[in-house]
Amino acid sequence: MTDSKYFTTTKKGEIFELKAELNSDKKEKKKEAVKKVIASMTVGKDVSALFPDVVNCMQTDNLELKKLVYLYLMNYAKSQPDMAIMAVNTFVKDCEDPNPLIRALAVRTMGCIRVDKITEYLCEPLRKCLKDEDPYVRKTAAVCVAKLHDINAQLVEDQGFLDTLKDLISDSNPMVVANAVAALSEIAESHPSSNLLDLNPQSINKLLTALNECTEWGQIFILDCLANYMPKDDREAQSICERVTPRLSHANSAVVLSAVKVLMKFMEMLSKDLDYYGTLLKKLAPPLVTLLSAEPELQYVALRNINLIVQKRPEILKHEMKVFFVKYNDPIYVKLEKLDIMIRLASQANIAQVLAELKEYATEVDVDFVRKAVRAIGRCAIKVEQSAERCVSTLLDLIQTKVNYVVQEAIVVIKDIFRKYPNKYESVIATLCENLDSLDEPEARAAMIWIVGEYAERIDNADELLESFLEGFHDESTQVQLQLLTAIVKLFLKKPTETQELVQQVLSLATQDSDNPDLRDRGYIYWRLLSTDPVAAKEVVLAEKPLISEETDLIEPTLLDELICYIGTLASVYHKPPSAFVEGSRGVVHKSLPPRTGSSESAESPDAAPAGVQPSEQPAVIPTQGDLLGDLLNLDLGPPVSGPPIAASSVQMGAVDLLGGGLDSLMGGTGFAAPSTVVPANLGAPLGSGLGDLFDLTGGVGTLSGSYVAPKSVWLPAMKAKGLEISGTFSRQVGSISMDLLLTNKALQVMSDFAIQFNRNSFGLAPAAPLQVHTPLAPNQSVEISLPLNTVGSVMKMDPLNNLQVAVKNNIDVFYFSTLYPLHILFVEDGKMERQMFLATWKDIPNENEAQFQIKECPLSADAVSNKLQGSNIFTIAKRNVEGQDMLYQSLKLTNGIWVLAELRIQPGNSSFTLSLKCRAPEVSQHIYQAYETILKN
Amino acid sequence: MIHSLFLINAAGDIFLEKHWKSAVSRSVCDYFFEAQERASEAENVPPVIPTPHHYLLSVYRHRIFFVAVIQSEVPPLFVIEFLHRVVDTFQDYFGVCSEVVIKDNVVVVYEVLEEMLDNGFPLATESNILKELIKPPTILRTVVNTITGSTNVGDQLPTGQLSVVPWRRTGVKYTNNEAYFDVIEEIDAIIDKSGSTITAEIQGVIDACVKLTGMPDLTLSFMNPRLLDDVSFHPCVRFKRWESERILSFIPPDGNFRLLSYHVSAQNLVAIPVYVKHNISFRDSSSLGRFEITVGPKQTMGKTVEGVMVTSQMPKGVLNMSLTPSQGTHTFDPVTKLLSWDVGKINPQKLPSLKGTMSLQAGASKPDENPTINLQFKIQQLAISGLKVNRLDMYGEKYKPFKGIKYMTKAGKFQVRT
Repeated sequence: MTDSKYFTTTKKGEIFELKAELNSDKKEKKKEAVKKVIASMTVGKDVSALFPDVVNCMQTDNLELKKLVYLYLMNYAKSQPDMAIMAVNTFVKDCEDPNPLIRALAVRTMGCIRVDKITEYLCEPLRKCLKDEDPYVRKTAAVCVAKLHDINAQLVEDQGFLDTLKDLISDSNPMVVANAVAALSEIAESHPSSNLLDLNPQSINKLLTALNECTEWGQIFILDCLANYMPKDDREAQSICERVTPRLSHANSAVVLSAVKVLMKFMEMLSKDLDYYGTLLKKLAPPLVTLLSAEPELQYVALRNINLIVQKRPEILKHEMKVFFVKYNDPIYVKLEKLDIMIRLASQANIAQVLAELKEYATEVDVDFVRKAVRAIGRCAIKVEQSAERCVSTLLDLIQTKVNYVVQEAIVVIKDIFRKYPNKYESVIATLCENLDSLDEPEARAAMIWIVGEYAERIDNADELLESFLEGFHDESTQVQLQLLTAIVKLFLKKPTETQELVQQVLSLATQDSDNPDLRDRGYIYWRLLSTDPVAAKEVVLAEKPLISEETDLIEPTLLDELICYIGTLASVYHKPPSAFVEGSRGVVHKSLPPRTGSSESAESPDAAPAGVQPSEQPAVIPTQGDLLGDLLNLDLGPPVSGPPIAASSVQMGAVDLLGGGLDSLMGGTGFAAPSTVVPANLGAPLGSGLGDLFDLTGGVGTLSGSYVAPKSVWLPAMKAKGLEISGTFSRQVGSISMDLLLTNKALQVMSDFAIQFNRNSFGLAPAAPLQVHTPLAPNQSVEISLPLNTVGSVMKMDPLNNLQVAVKNNIDVFYFSTLYPLHILFVEDGKMERQMFLATWKDIPNENEAQFQIKECPLSADAVSNKLQGSNIFTIAKRNVEGQDMLYQSLKLTNGIWVLAELRIQPGNSSFTLSLKCRAPEVSQHIYQAYETILKN
Repeated sequence: MIHSLFLINAAGDIFLEKHWKSAVSRSVCDYFFEAQERASEAENVPPVIPTPHHYLLSVYRHRIFFVAVIQSEVPPLFVIEFLHRVVDTFQDYFGVCSEVVIKDNVVVVYEVLEEMLDNGFPLATESNILKELIKPPTILRTVVNTITGSTNVGDQLPTGQLSVVPWRRTGVKYTNNEAYFDVIEEIDAIIDKSGSTITAEIQGVIDACVKLTGMPDLTLSFMNPRLLDDVSFHPCVRFKRWESERILSFIPPDGNFRLLSYHVSAQNLVAIPVYVKHNISFRDSSSLGRFEITVGPKQTMGKTVEGVMVTSQMPKGVLNMSLTPSQGTHTFDPVTKLLSWDVGKINPQKLPSLKGTMSLQAGASKPDENPTINLQFKIQQLAISGLKVNRLDMYGEKYKPFKGIKYMTKAGKFQVRT
């Protein structure tokens, strides 16, 4: 006899039949009837009409029947709130039952009934149960607080349940502790501001003790809670790590990953020289590898997390390449993730193996996977220079297979290889050209056209090839059209004699027949460049291109750091911060990795004061402005597979807009209409200057005359200086710093013979000229003086850093005072870093030097912010939009040559900005932040 | 936490739903069905699917999708682990886990699910404890219950649940006290065309069946514990003792449980016990292809390889195969293109082989991909990693238990590329 009998129906109608049975006198029949009701419920049938009859069965000694009725109640109480009240008495009575199982069951079920009237009655029993002598009841009650909070948060706070819950963290039973932590975490999620989980060394110790003894699920909650704690120093971090590491051997993969999160986070605080640091690194690898032998679903989540871990700390898994090799019956979602990690781990040491694998994958059945494998070969070539040749020959082998999508992918990646290693593998061009006809995807066509244009001088029939593409110009995608335009112009510049007709044809197609503004504008620019100054055109169009980055698809460093804090969560699966996608997360708090602290700090960080901290290691490839534009005109509009890294695309787009705007005004000014096939020749003068402007990208942003000047404040009150009052402020105007002073004589005698001197200070500020007060200062008179300053004085590190001690002398006495100068007066005018260098420097500065700040209540748009900051010599290098947030990348340089890099995150609609600062001398960060704050809020 | 659970069969019907918070409309599963349609095979449905208001996390086992609905940021591994635990529990309760069985026991299933999770927090997931709360159905009990009117719901708080050893109930009594340990190792390997090993690793487990009276305290030591550098333990194992002495010391749960699982990584040399010689060739011009494979023993430490089974997914272009095995039986399904050959035991004197021809689609070019050969086999009384138990001791109880250790090596994901 099985439960499937509960699904059978009779002619009279199911509900009617059940009603009769529920009201039967026989216990057994009643129970069977309730079972039938439950069975109907499980498949989604509506049996709410039986509510009163089922509730009537509740008063029973039979525990199974009671449980079944409770199950029913939880499902339907909401739809019948008035009827549900009938059950309250039984609940309250059950909460007093001598059997703890029944007490717990009652309080648990009551919490699940989302009816206000019932909730009211729940408070008293819940209070009792939270203090129940039986831990089973207490732990059930702890969860019930979370349930109640979900229904009525105010009630929970008013009744003081939150405090009782916090007390339970110190409970003697580990299971109760775990549930209390879980409940508090869930409540805290909807109340990010409330400081519910107030973690301190004592409570941490309790959690760590409970960690060893509670169930696996409890361990997950406790570990996730631990991860939010910020240890006070590296010693504490280490001791927590030591107590968490045994969890890495747990059979439950969620426990393992939560432990990995805690360790990855606290590791940030440990010094790399520590022996323990190395031990910890070694301990992390085996559990991560083991996760890969679990079920495919678990593997997938693990792989997404490993992807983050490999980016943050590649050393952990660098010897474990083989476990990421793909098995042919892995689900596709696992295959793709493994491939991604394989490329990240590829290095000179293992490249041969990796290539052999990738080649194997390229012959598999699944198209998506094959494509990705082919791309991976290209990425390997770019990443590991020694392997490039082998990669190219592998790609050629694959092209020989003539499998359409393989060929197309191969051509796309070969283009990137050409970019990375110019003039090295051109011998393969002939093979590529053979496959011209089979290309039907825009990306592949664009790549091929780029290759033909780039190497036009080596391809005999380049003009024919390009001409063949030109026939269907209007049917091509924008990407291909742009590429074709550029390629033909390149061809023309290289072989002007034979291709004049071709270039005119493409220019007229682009400018006259196209309604795509990008294409039209690019066409016009080329056109005018060619007609006014072919030499300049050559320099621009055929300029040397900046190198493409080795690593691709890297997650931005700040985002990566944030995601490391979210290991094991959905955020880590999507590689997006929770704020970007979690529904109902009311103002999620951004998490950040702890800064490195402890003994090592003073040794590692350079002294802020000496001017010797010049960023001397300039990367070898910094394109000049012209090159940048050259690249710009050459730009590939397709998704940057391995194109210029991070900020590049936004800068390019911005620049293109700029060009468009410039041209429009230009056209208006000269009455220039759509050109005929004859290019006007006399546009020389205005055009030249126009282009000059265009090249000067910085000129596009409005420059303010000087940096922000704070109103004067009193530095030396008259009382302390025998009647002399000094108030003042600092300013910076066109490269010179000055101290603006207002001297007031509040004494009764005349003052004269003024002089001023500075004590040694952090940035060597010193008066550049003597303090000149020409006439003696009569009583109640004031004089305004602007004292020019320079930064060549002697240097001594002050605390705080921007402290300046000043001595002022007059005929009466010498007075001393100290003042704090805003750091932005030290921001020099040439503080704009090249974007390539910015990227290199950002990567180069160790993460522990990064500091994050919140700038609150600053209702400015990204552009306004950028303009405002530029006035104070904080330069925006790039701007981009990530998931609705504007990211500004900025640089500034201090008078002593210290560079500070900043990333400013601006969320539209949210007036708080997040400022991340990276600097080789992290001490200045705090003051830079203050400078930001002052500039932006005034 | 976990909001709701939907059980969906391969045909895409929801046949069970359970909600732990407010009820979520089953229309949320439409997003899952979409993903299911897009995936070529059931195995390829992505385990995490975002929808506008919820996240769907699923596992696919026994041809059933277990889909959990969550609403806020929850560790996905926690959910997936839990779902696997649900499946394990069903299997434990009913012997098999299938749609029919679940429907037949729907009330027990519902009661068990209610015990496993409260408000989305796991409550009791140890099968020991669950079975005390909700008794698994047996024919005898069903009969008894119908006659006596008693129930299959325990009305006492499970004893072990809050003790220091939550995994063991108190008052266990046996007349025959016995403890059996099975050391089972699975080899995952990829072998390339030429027969050399690309990667090979061992996933090992020690499964135990312990039926001992009272509160026995066991220690298990190994001849070569150094092999175990990557291990996951049952919560009962005292980790400190293992760290310092490399001895497993534990109070065992009652009945069947997995004491330990371990992983011998690809960096150690893993012995490969079998080899496959293959010659599969397609020719461009002809519509016939040649097929020949031979299986033989390699590093078996003198043990017999048995239960050998060869399967291979042939390319689409293969219409049919006409093959003759030297032993065992073989089948080829012309629709799924799956070739399987049940070899049985390998006799080293007379190696089993399968030879013949493949008929290919006439006129079509030869297939791009080469079939991969999947191998299954078993070797009794051998742990291929060389792991050996030294001794098992019992403290805390007076009686003398009967002890037994068994070793076995199996193929896990063992693939030979051709």
